[in-house]
Amino acid sequence: MAHSVNFDLTADHMEAGLESPADEEGVHDSFNQLIEDQRQEALELQELQRDLDEEERDSVAYLSSPGQEIWRGSPGRGEEEGGGQLDPLLEERWSSATLKVLSSMPSRTIGRSRGAIISQYYNRTMKLRRRRQSRPSIKDFSRSARPSIRGYGMETDCMETEGVDEEGRKRDQLVNNLQNLSLSDRVRMLRAMPLSVAEKSELRRLADRKGRRSNHSQIPCCSQLKYHIIIALRHSWYSCLSFLHSLQLWQVALKRVSGRFGTGVLSYFLFVKTLLFFNIFLFLVTGLLLAVPQAVHPPTLTQGHEAFSGLELLTGGGYFSDSVMYYGYYSNSTLSKDCRVTSSSMEQQPSPSVSRRTMETDCGVKPSYNMPLAYFFTIGLAFFITCIILVYSMSKSFGQSFRIDKSHGILAMKVFCSWDFKVIKKTSVKLRSENICIQLRELLEETSRKHVQKTACQRIGRVLVHVLAWFICIGSTVACVLALYYFSEYMHKDLQYRSRIPTKDPLLKEASLLALPVVVSLINLLLPGIFNATAWMEEYDSPSVNTYIAISRNLMLKVSVLVVLCFHWLGRIASDPHSIGLQCWESFVGQELYRFLLMDFIFTILDTFFGEFLWRLFSQRVLKRKRKPVFDISRNVLELIYGQTLAWLGVLFTPLLPAVQIIKLLLLFYMKQTSVMMNCQSPRKPYRASQMSTIFITLLCCPSFLGAAVCVSYTMWSIRPSESCGPFRSLSTMFQSGKLWVKELETHNPNLAWLAWAHSYIVENPLFLFLAAGIFLIVIYFNTQVVDGQRKIISLLQEQIENEGEDKKFLITRLQAIHQQKRPLSPRRLTSQASQDSNC
Amino acid sequence: MGTTASQLRKDLLSEYQELTFLTKREIILAHKRFSELLSKEDRNVPTPRVPMEKVLSLPELKSNPFRKRISHVFSTSDMKDGSLTFEDFLDLLSAFSDSATLEIKSHYAFRIFDFDDDGTLDGGDLEKLVNCLTGETDDTRLTTEEMRQLISNILEESDIDKDGTVNLSEFQHVISRSPDFVSSFKIVL
Repeated sequence: MAHSVNFDLTADHMEAGLESPADEEGVHDSFNQLIEDQRQEALELQELQRDLDEEERDSVAYLSSPGQEIWRGSPGRGEEEGGGQLDPLLEERWSSATLKVLSSMPSRTIGRSRGAIISQYYNRTMKLRRRRQSRPSIKDFSRSARPSIRGYGMETDCMETEGVDEEGRKRDQLVNNLQNLSLSDRVRMLRAMPLSVAEKSELRRLADRKGRRSNHSQIPCCSQLKYHIIIALRHSWYSCLSFLHSLQLWQVALKRVSGRFGTGVLSYFLFVKTLLFFNIFLFLVTGLLLAVPQAVHPPTLTQGHEAFSGLELLTGGGYFSDSVMYYGYYSNSTLSKDCRVTSSSMEQQPSPSVSRRTMETDCGVKPSYNMPLAYFFTIGLAFFITCIILVYSMSKSFGQSFRIDKSHGILAMKVFCSWDFKVIKKTSVKLRSENICIQLRELLEETSRKHVQKTACQRIGRVLVHVLAWFICIGSTVACVLALYYFSEYMHKDLQYRSRIPTKDPLLKEASLLALPVVVSLINLLLPGIFNATAWMEEYDSPSVNTYIAISRNLMLKVSVLVVLCFHWLGRIASDPHSIGLQCWESFVGQELYRFLLMDFIFTILDTFFGEFLWRLFSQRVLKRKRKPVFDISRNVLELIYGQTLAWLGVLFTPLLPAVQIIKLLLLFYMKQTSVMMNCQSPRKPYRASQMSTIFITLLCCPSFLGAAVCVSYTMWSIRPSESCGPFRSLSTMFQSGKLWVKELETHNPNLAWLAWAHSYIVENPLFLFLAAGIFLIVIYFNTQVVDGQRKIISLLQEQIENEGEDKKFLITRLQAIHQQKRPLSPRRLTSQASQDSNC
Repeated sequence: MGTTASQLRKDLLSEYQELTFLTKREIILAHKRFSELLSKEDRNVPTPRVPMEKVLSLPELKSNPFRKRISHVFSTSDMKDGSLTFEDFLDLLSAFSDSATLEIKSHYAFRIFDFDDDGTLDGGDLEKLVNCLTGETDDTRLTTEEMRQLISNILEESDIDKDGTVNLSEFQHVISRSPDFVSSFKIVL
């Protein structure tokens, strides 16, 4: 006990030493003093340990670990630059007593001993309790409650003899702490303890028993009731959780994929799953708030349904065009139970406000459903919530994969974290070991010869190849985009021409609409192949650079294609719908998007079949290669993102487009899974799955969702909707429906005037937008500053840890010195020993 | 198997649910798989143990290079023979489950990698660990020189207090910088 007190004193002295580093001698003197004071106890301690040594406990045996000696004795020992300073603790052969102390240092026991774990969690529960401030009592702060070195000191001293008592006491304290925690905290704490179930259940039983006893004595029955209610709630929560868990999609399929390909390929399928959930959400919102109310109150159609011909499934037109699927079908009336206002009567009304007024008086106070308003707010709400979910998951993903830290330590990370425990197939395990070996060798080579100097010629050649590759990529992209631009213009003119003369064959007209989607999908299919070829020519050193370049090129292509298409839809078609004989341009654009989505899917199927299945057969049978092709994760994910962008773009014009996307994703999942299992082999290159998924979710958020949102809001704010169809007919913009509603609200209910005020100031005034953006920027700035500060603190703390390590080394060498001096001595020579000690 | 031995008592089930990161379904599945591993005569013993060889014959563990270590770490047997009771098996699955925290996972990973059970990763542990990762065949094994350099580099990178070994907190520090660890330290039944 006294020994441990001395430890604390030492710490004090060390602190004093830190404050005045000048009188180092003084500190050391005091140290010797301490050692002298300690002599008696140390001697006792040694005697104790000697006894124990004779018992030859296995715990000592492993510390003088033979493996370590062998390794240290390997050739070139101590020659490495960094190695020299690591060694002091290991270089000398320690006596068994020192080894014993070393082995019972808390930093080393925590990894193996149960007592140490219990005491760590004891300290942790203590902290939690203090934070929660739940029923503090005097007994909480008993003498050993301080989470200090003192407690450990006792443990180390009497590790073997009093170990059992010590552990028992610690356990009692832990139980005491646990029962003072709230129920949920207790469960969470117990669950997070790295102990076995039996020990945890024992702890819980003890805590429960004590807790209940104290409950009975102190607390009235109402809190007992509370206790039971909480237990009942918890049980129902568990059953709910396990129900949710059983709903988890594709668990078996995902396990099979990850068992064979590991985390990299799995991330593609998880991405499919994420997208599926986004679409299900979107579908639920639009389906419940728009499609179902409209389907219950179908508007009277001016012309009858067209017959179903089969081509509709491809073009989305014809039979489908006057259905709940498209914008044009939705009425601009208020749907209600009794008074249904037909949309045809509305068309005649010149002024929207007048029509609305009459409607209101007609329907009175009966529950009604204002379709234009519902349409406007549903789309707005869906986009808003999607945006929040996306930003949230993006920030979470960023937080997980990019920690604020210096990014060295790749080798340690590789060795500690690279094994994928999910991989269970024998050949995959073998392949994985080979990969890890290759990667380790490469990394070692990299660290040993940092940069190989290349000759100027080589470097120029390299730069030239890169320039050429980028030239080819950008050139082909620009060429494709220009071709697309002119082709869409040509198709537009063709449509204008066809609309002027009545065609004989309406089917041909429908089919001609498919030309543009086919061309776009072809471009999307073929250009990535060219990009891959150029990347192969460039020969990038690191696979991650290779992936990033491939992603940026594909992204460039897809973004420019989508820009041209958006111009085609919103600029050409929406500005002058009558020139191609359209009554309802929104429905037409919706059909176009449906066609694009479907074509994209069909081309993915074809690509999977030809690119993966036939290519595998070809390379195995004809080229006699052993290897199967590798699943290109980034390209496939980018295709998914492209498809999702189309779906988001189309929600405004085709409220049920998410349903199509859901079906597409479901089919895609099963198809890709079969194809991957059949045709592919696990990737040869390392794949940093979580960083890549962060990038993918960022791409999904930034160009994809944001672009779609900008397009949709541009359409809502400034494009004139069709005059004869859809919920916003007879309005100058879709946005006006919200505006009119607010005005109406103001006239009907003066109490809500603030809403109108807020609307006019917040939504219509750009100043507010600027202000919000400014505040946002300031918050970001503050955050970066905080991160900067934390980085500084981290480096300070790191320095401190190194100092502590030095201290530890110093203390241990002292201990060893004392021990060595002591061992051959008999007690009578102690006095001379003391004088020696004080001299050194 | 509808016998009484293979059915889990309801209170035990809920207790396991509370004390592990597993869901009810997973626990029942685990119990089914565990009962399949038991031999006939073991079923009547109050807390039956499955010997290590049988545990390692599970397809989820069969080709894992760390299978013996995993079995040893989670075994509560006094004989240190790596045999598992059902509760040990649950501990194993809980540590490798989806919802286990990074801390639990890194703690057990540390113990799995600590081949000599001395509470720190020293040179010998690291050497064994690397050998497990690269496989046992000669062409994938690192040479002595490579191994020496690798281990000194690892220690330089992760041994913050410079005492020549990697202790638990240093290990957890490295792990916390690797976002892939949580997703790869998983075994699903």
